[in-house]
Amino acid sequence: MTAPAPALPAAFHRPADLADALALLAAHPEAVPVAGGTDLMVAVNYRFIRPAAMLDLSGLAELREWSDEGDAIRIGSGVPYARITAELATVLPGLAAAARTVGSPQIRNRGTLGGNLATASPAGDGHPPLLATGADIEIASVSGTRTVPIAAFFTGPKRSVLEPGELITAVTVPKAAGPQQFLKVGTRNAMVIAVCSFAVALDLDARRVGTGIGSAGPTPLRAPEADLIELPWTVPSRFDDALAAEFGRRVAAAARPIDDVRGTADYRRHALAVCAARALRRVWTAAHEERST
Amino acid sequence: MRVQLRVDGAEAAADIDRPGESLLSTLRDRLGMTGSKNACEQGECGSCTVLLDGVPVCSCLVATAQCEGREVKTVVGAVPRPVRDAFVTCGAVQCGFCTPGLLVSVADLLEREPDPGDAEIREALAGNLCRCTGYEKIIDAVHAAAEVMSGEAVTDVVPEGAIYVAAQGMSAESTTDGVPRVPARSHLHHNQWINVATFPRGGGDIEEDTTP
Repeated sequence: MTAPAPALPAAFHRPADLADALALLAAHPEAVPVAGGTDLMVAVNYRFIRPAAMLDLSGLAELREWSDEGDAIRIGSGVPYARITAELATVLPGLAAAARTVGSPQIRNRGTLGGNLATASPAGDGHPPLLATGADIEIASVSGTRTVPIAAFFTGPKRSVLEPGELITAVTVPKAAGPQQFLKVGTRNAMVIAVCSFAVALDLDARRVGTGIGSAGPTPLRAPEADLIELPWTVPSRFDDALAAEFGRRVAAAARPIDDVRGTADYRRHALAVCAARALRRVWTAAHEERST
Repeated sequence: MRVQLRVDGAEAAADIDRPGESLLSTLRDRLGMTGSKNACEQGECGSCTVLLDGVPVCSCLVATAQCEGREVKTVVGAVPRPVRDAFVTCGAVQCGFCTPGLLVSVADLLEREPDPGDAEIREALAGNLCRCTGYEKIIDAVHAAAEVMSGEAVTDVVPEGAIYVAAQGMSAESTTDGVPRVPARSHLHHNQWINVATFPRGGGDIEEDTTP
């Protein structure tokens, strides 16, 4: 079949490796990077965008591996959620739990953490556990590599510090130093965008708690006041429902939700308070049980 | 640009004219393989599910150009016969639009887990929406297919196709010709019966691949 040559030749770039990909992106700034396509292809199918060129990241082996870095796991940006759930549940339980709630099996087989970050949706399921654990985002371009802490990555709804010509190459997540939880509110058990979500990570060595809030603000958020709550580390049995409720209040206060099609701001604050209190009770109980056995 | 891939075991080539053309679009509109259904084009419904290098994905969310040299299996090439039979005999097919996607997902599930429980089935099929059946008959069909494929339920005295009747504890209507029958579903008159042992195989059947 011989198609008439279009005015601008449509191009699909298939780089051989990461260096090639960065060079192609520098030479063809109009090329839209695509990995799993679970966000991008929806926009393409609905003609919201008509990319003249695309840059395929799905063939880059460097991005599709994770590695053990001692006290952290470095996850290539092209590792799909299904593998995070299947392979990293022990070392990164919060992220693995969040990965399991993404879309459906079909979506989890394709969707990647790098794509989630690049889209930078406030509702992205991968974000809260990354915030709770203090992950670092590795970003590369032809001029080099830089690392951005997750807390400084998001700049607005679907906006991030990612510049034209840059690709997210990896996410480095500290290994869990205690129990972690991820809770997500949606209208059913699968295939939902979060109404709100919450992640908590307990660090038993540093005696610290980390939080991440999803879908309740212009960006994914931390709850710094909740992180500072005084927990009875020396006498764990002093933990009670009042403390959990206070934690919930602080998380809800940190959220900046709006009314939208999925829920009202009031509902989101309420649900976050409930989720946060529940999550903290769960991690505290789990930590206490772990220590006593 | 030209993309070469394997579809249901055969070499295929497609000339695409925009980089964002989806695999679903290529399968249906360029290659004429309409087994995979186009419903939502946003990965919500699972009607277009295919196996890409053995992994279930929504073909509407895969760019065809990402499939160079890769292996695609649609409902035509991915689904073992007992899975299809079980869907028919269990009434897991009504309007049929979601069926190709469900069959591919079930084939993948049974490949990984030969005897899944209800919870596993529900999680594996969470990305396949069916607005007709309420899912119960689909879950019945997965159990029935698992039973047949495990080989336990296939005996000389229970003809293929009667499995559902036995599995559900329903009595097969005894007839003079000895062929088991189950009550027809809504699309037939209430007193008609489907002869499940001779249900037409349809035109989409492909020969069993016996090559190693």
